[in-house]
Amino acid sequence: MGVEGVGARVLRKEDRRFITGKGKYTDDMFVPGMKHAAFVRSLHAHAKVTGIKVDAAKAMPGVIGVLTGKELKADGIGNLICGWMIHSKDGTPMKMGAWSPLATDTVRYVGDAVAIVIADSKGQARDAAEAVEVTYEELPVVVSAVAALKEGAPQLHPEAPGNLIFDWDLGDEKATDEAFAKAAHVTRMDIVNNRLIPNAMEPRATLGVYDAGEDHYTCWTTSQNPHVARLVMSAFYNVAPENKLRVIAPDVGGGFGSKIYIYPEELVCLWASKKTGVPVKWVADRTESFLADAHGRDHVTHAELAFDKDNRIVGFKVQTIANLGAYMSLFSSSVPTYLYATLLSGQYDIPAIHANVKTVYTNTAPVDAYRGAGRPEATFVVERMMETAARELKVSPAELRRKNFVRSFPHQTPVIMCYDAGDFDATLDAGMKAADYAGFEKRREEAAKRGKLRGIGMSCYIEACGIAPSAAVGSLGAGVGLWESAEVRVNAVGTIEILTGSHSHGQGHETTFAQLAAERFGVPIDSVSIVHGDTDKVQMGMGTYGSRSGAVGMSAIVKALDKVEAKAKKIAAHLLEADEADIEIKNGDVRVAGTDKTVPWFQVALAAYTAHNLPSGMEPGLKEGAFYDPSNFTFPGGCHICEVEVDPDTGTTEIIQFVAADDFGKIINPMIVEGQVHGGLAQGIGQALLEGTHYDDSGQLLTASYMDYTMPRAQDLPSFNIMTTETPCPSNPLGIKGCGEAGAIGSPPAVINAITDAIRNNDLAMPATPQAVWAAIQAAK
Amino acid sequence: MAKVELVVNGRAVTGEAEDRTLLVHFLRENLGLTGTHVGCDTSQCGACVVHVDGRAVKSCTMLAAQASGSTVTTIEGLSPNGELHPLQAAFRENHALQCGFCTPGMLMSSADMIRRHPEGLDEATVRLELEGNICRCTGYHNIVKAVLDASAKMGKGAVKAA
Repeated sequence: MGVEGVGARVLRKEDRRFITGKGKYTDDMFVPGMKHAAFVRSLHAHAKVTGIKVDAAKAMPGVIGVLTGKELKADGIGNLICGWMIHSKDGTPMKMGAWSPLATDTVRYVGDAVAIVIADSKGQARDAAEAVEVTYEELPVVVSAVAALKEGAPQLHPEAPGNLIFDWDLGDEKATDEAFAKAAHVTRMDIVNNRLIPNAMEPRATLGVYDAGEDHYTCWTTSQNPHVARLVMSAFYNVAPENKLRVIAPDVGGGFGSKIYIYPEELVCLWASKKTGVPVKWVADRTESFLADAHGRDHVTHAELAFDKDNRIVGFKVQTIANLGAYMSLFSSSVPTYLYATLLSGQYDIPAIHANVKTVYTNTAPVDAYRGAGRPEATFVVERMMETAARELKVSPAELRRKNFVRSFPHQTPVIMCYDAGDFDATLDAGMKAADYAGFEKRREEAAKRGKLRGIGMSCYIEACGIAPSAAVGSLGAGVGLWESAEVRVNAVGTIEILTGSHSHGQGHETTFAQLAAERFGVPIDSVSIVHGDTDKVQMGMGTYGSRSGAVGMSAIVKALDKVEAKAKKIAAHLLEADEADIEIKNGDVRVAGTDKTVPWFQVALAAYTAHNLPSGMEPGLKEGAFYDPSNFTFPGGCHICEVEVDPDTGTTEIIQFVAADDFGKIINPMIVEGQVHGGLAQGIGQALLEGTHYDDSGQLLTASYMDYTMPRAQDLPSFNIMTTETPCPSNPLGIKGCGEAGAIGSPPAVINAITDAIRNNDLAMPATPQAVWAAIQAAK
Repeated sequence: MAKVELVVNGRAVTGEAEDRTLLVHFLRENLGLTGTHVGCDTSQCGACVVHVDGRAVKSCTMLAAQASGSTVTTIEGLSPNGELHPLQAAFRENHALQCGFCTPGMLMSSADMIRRHPEGLDEATVRLELEGNICRCTGYHNIVKAVLDASAKMGKGAVKAA
């Protein structure tokens, strides 16, 4: 390892622009003639649109245009789609209701876009938007998924009778029933996974520019995957053919899943730019983000876990109802299915599992992947069940888990996944040692003397990252492949540009990815640049989500580096009159191993481009591309332990310590990995303690600002005690597993297990606010 | 329209803006100082913090016209000599930023915090005083470290035990 190579804590190359105020986010883009958009949004959760009057708005100062869904449809812009086909257990395809980017006859949630107003200033656009007169005929509303499935519930889409999108099964129901019939003990629970609102700090924004001279569109957008945005807008929404559409995702201020999807606003602004002849910028305000960004989670589950007389798990049954909101967002169907039920085996050797998932339309914002996407929901079910079972069986929660750990790999679970590597004892041991788990009871007694209820809880999670391979996900219904691309360009002076289809919106790719080239060629990291986020620069890519950029994105770079290295060695061997097999590249020199015959790296690059003296038949240049399609998911896992003190008088929970011991396989930059864990933990602890999304019965979002939705702030969180163990992932060349979501996946059950341990009442839902905890304490009295 | 006269990052500027224009929009749109960000509509997130006459202010909570006559420092002016301010250096060295969107506001709030606490800072104080700045990426762990680090290095007192 060099000081800037693989494994080094290299400070981030991208930081300078962010700490000096020179970052360039979408809202920082100003182009000549640019105008501002505001969307007219539905105030009702469910209504027929009986009329839209735009004349008054059009007459307002500064207004350039007011456009509605009818004009959009007339121009052939398509409906928004979900790109992952799921079939119900009876073989029928999922029932996708129509989602027009601007609603024409029916609105189905508060925030549903109805019209766009374009004006000289943002203020004028908003004033005029208020002057657009939409008349509605209100319809009955349903916000809860359980209620939406009941007979007589309000119906959202004619395509989906009973609001049921699909009724899907995974696993062997018969084998699971047989296991339960012989069980010595069954733990049963009803578990709710609360709806969350992602809240990347940069609100979504887009700038659409139509160039009439070239008949060409440019879309600046807050996207985690600009290439997928271009593909979908071209192939499905008829905005423009791919060669006439450039999508640029510049600096993006966080995503957490919410910026994966192609929302109405991007394509409406592009279309409106052509329609009005001016560049159109739209920036969401925070309340718009609360209303109209895709939300996360929102599962209602009944689970049963069966044990034999030796406390070994013999079977697991899970029934989940997942709320997908008013429309099916781009990957919404995959989250409660292949990203959820496939992880229900947890870290445990479970011979029989059966899961049933029903997905449901309601009059709420669309729900899709949010940091963890299905895996936090699975982990919450599994780890709440394990802790509860341990309490019922009166055994140590750690020992019950240990007794059931998977210990031989590869391990085929009954729910598709084949775990390739792991050492769950190692992370459990590391976590328990760091938390002084053995000494807890003394601390509990000490706290009791101070009138505090102290509790400890753990969570042993496994997750799946770098969803793959493409052929497998295709067979499961995915509309896209899940490979990644890379191109390594060595310039004539030896500096290096790496083009990647991944996108960085906080993950530090400009540093971590550059470390690979610094390691490989011994060049300074400052001579390596990472290029991403622009479809004109990088031909194709699949973007960043699901903790895939390390395991998949960097593996593609490794493949391209292999090709560059091979060619560089051929050139060097020719220059040094040596055998190619004897050439090594070290510390910026290319040398014949074991001799003092060297040629500097930049001279090899220069030789490639002068082409004066290349091996016979070799093409000039030193630039190679690669596509990498993984052979399997990767499986990070770990143990999170939370220790809390609850004030019985107020219900206030204080986190005394939070330990995370994670196995991410090989790590390229530990500093960045630690940062990813910290952020994930904050979101997981936020879900457990603070973040609750509330719609009232009429479908109004009551938590639509930072005054109402409780974001974790600095004083809500402790400093974290985190560490890693390492079992390399065997399925990619770097041995990487992925670290972006683990914190949000492992932490919620650890927190709730700790609080319920403290208050001696297991009936506690998230978020465990002081009010909820206090009520649970009273109920247990 | 309101006439706005400010000294921003050491330079005298004048401009006209709609009466309702917030200081943050004037800085971003009239002056092109896009380092100051807008992250919410309720003065909660702190992405827009600048210094007005030497004190941290949420520039979304002040009209541009109201600020007229003031001296304003934005993130672009935190370190006028081209070298990093000790806080900027500490944020980088402690990996206290990820997506960078909240960072300018965090830095401006933290600079004010360190100024107000010449006796030095401890973890609890830093966490309490960051109440008005929301970060969704870092879990605050490294931000707190960076502020303590900068506070210590700026020589305004040793870090007290937490």
